Amino acid sequence: MSAVRPPIAAAAQPRAGVHPMKALMAVLRRDLLLAMRRKAEVLTALFFFLIVSSLFPLGIGPEPALLRKIGPGVLWVGALLATMLGLQRMFYSDHLDGTLEQMVLSSAPLPLLVTGKVIAHWLVSGLPVVVLAPVLGLQFDLDAGALWILTLGLLIGTPVLSLIGAVGAALTLGVRGGGALLSLLVLPLYIPTLIFGAGAVQAHLSGQGAAGHLSLLGALLALALFFVPWATTAALRISLE
Amino acid sequence: MPRKCRPGPRVKQNPGMLSAHGLTCVRGTRPLFSGLDFAVGPGSWAHVRGPNGAGKTSLLRILAGLAQPEEGEVRWNGEKVGSEDFRRELMYLGHRAAVKEDLTALENLEFSASMDGVDLTREQAEDALARFGLAGREDLPVRFLSAGQKRRVLLAQTVARPAQLWILDEPFTALDVKAVDFLSNLVAEHVRSGGIAVMTSHQAIPLAPGQVVEL
Repeated sequence: MSAVRPPIAAAAQPRAGVHPMKALMAVLRRDLLLAMRRKAEVLTALFFFLIVSSLFPLGIGPEPALLRKIGPGVLWVGALLATMLGLQRMFYSDHLDGTLEQMVLSSAPLPLLVTGKVIAHWLVSGLPVVVLAPVLGLQFDLDAGALWILTLGLLIGTPVLSLIGAVGAALTLGVRGGGALLSLLVLPLYIPTLIFGAGAVQAHLSGQGAAGHLSLLGALLALALFFVPWATTAALRISLE
Repeated sequence: MPRKCRPGPRVKQNPGMLSAHGLTCVRGTRPLFSGLDFAVGPGSWAHVRGPNGAGKTSLLRILAGLAQPEEGEVRWNGEKVGSEDFRRELMYLGHRAAVKEDLTALENLEFSASMDGVDLTREQAEDALARFGLAGREDLPVRFLSAGQKRRVLLAQTVARPAQLWILDEPFTALDVKAVDFLSNLVAEHVRSGGIAVMTSHQAIPLAPGQVVEL
């Protein structure tokens, strides 16, 4: 260890405020990097989705009409549960090792950092579900149009799941047995997303067109995007006290 | 002659002042401390002392704005702590490792610096780690490092990003003699150039005597 010298960054760096997007990207990059280093956690959620939605056609047997009817619902419930799996970890590990405190105290606005974490959660647990869904939909004898609507619905709907989940994860942070509580808290809040998401495919199959349902999903996403970062921030501050 | 602030990179245009007014902290039903008043100005440091469970960490968390006191308030330049301006001037290192085990020392340091808007080049980050004796271990996931080395990864922040107020919770834990020496020199330098430090430590701190806050 050498003698004390002046700090490195201080001299070079003007003390300008944090560029907010930079902090968001830093969180996003770090969380994705962590997910890459712990692939098992990511793959668990994905395989869970794969297996749960494959069990239904196997259990029910080859009845195309029935499978077509339950398909969208089953896939959506599978997506919902797969999202839930990774939720608890969203803030928990950061809380345990103290990095969450550092984030709260950093000069970047906390809602933005939270947004970064939610995006990372979606990329890791939501996006793979969206990509996998059309393949799994084939098991339920869904036609190309229905598969397209299903995928589109999931693309709009899974970010809502990650967003709503973030509030729950922040609220149950530091609560003993938080996992079960988190499910009880979050799953009821997922109901509107589930109804409009699965409903979109049903509507398409019955020839009504899915535009209405998808618009409502979009509205849910806009609402969640607007409110969730602030709600999560408030919840985190309470949990950290 | 009184020691003058050296014109270094850390000297601010308007140096801050941290003051606590009538702080009361209650854990559960047990009051930890009450009516605590003190102020630390530029170029000085405070040593928070007390037995285990006296509320040292609670006090530091309150000073950093992480927790709210039952009564009283903490002010930075006359304003309540917690604002963005305050957090820009603050470096709080808690007693937890606050590093990600799966990331390398370099990645950990770069992340914590970028949180505060400091873009470290690889050379700067390596230099900071090297000063804490981590040369050659920059690219090792932190989980392969010892407790003391993890601590150093965290402490490398002190040289990697500027802040006027340092709140350090048991900074010397798990550090070897050389590192303790290095860190106390660093704090001394920080204080001499107009910075403020608030620390807890059960060990004697090898620094010019500062203000003592007894809990």
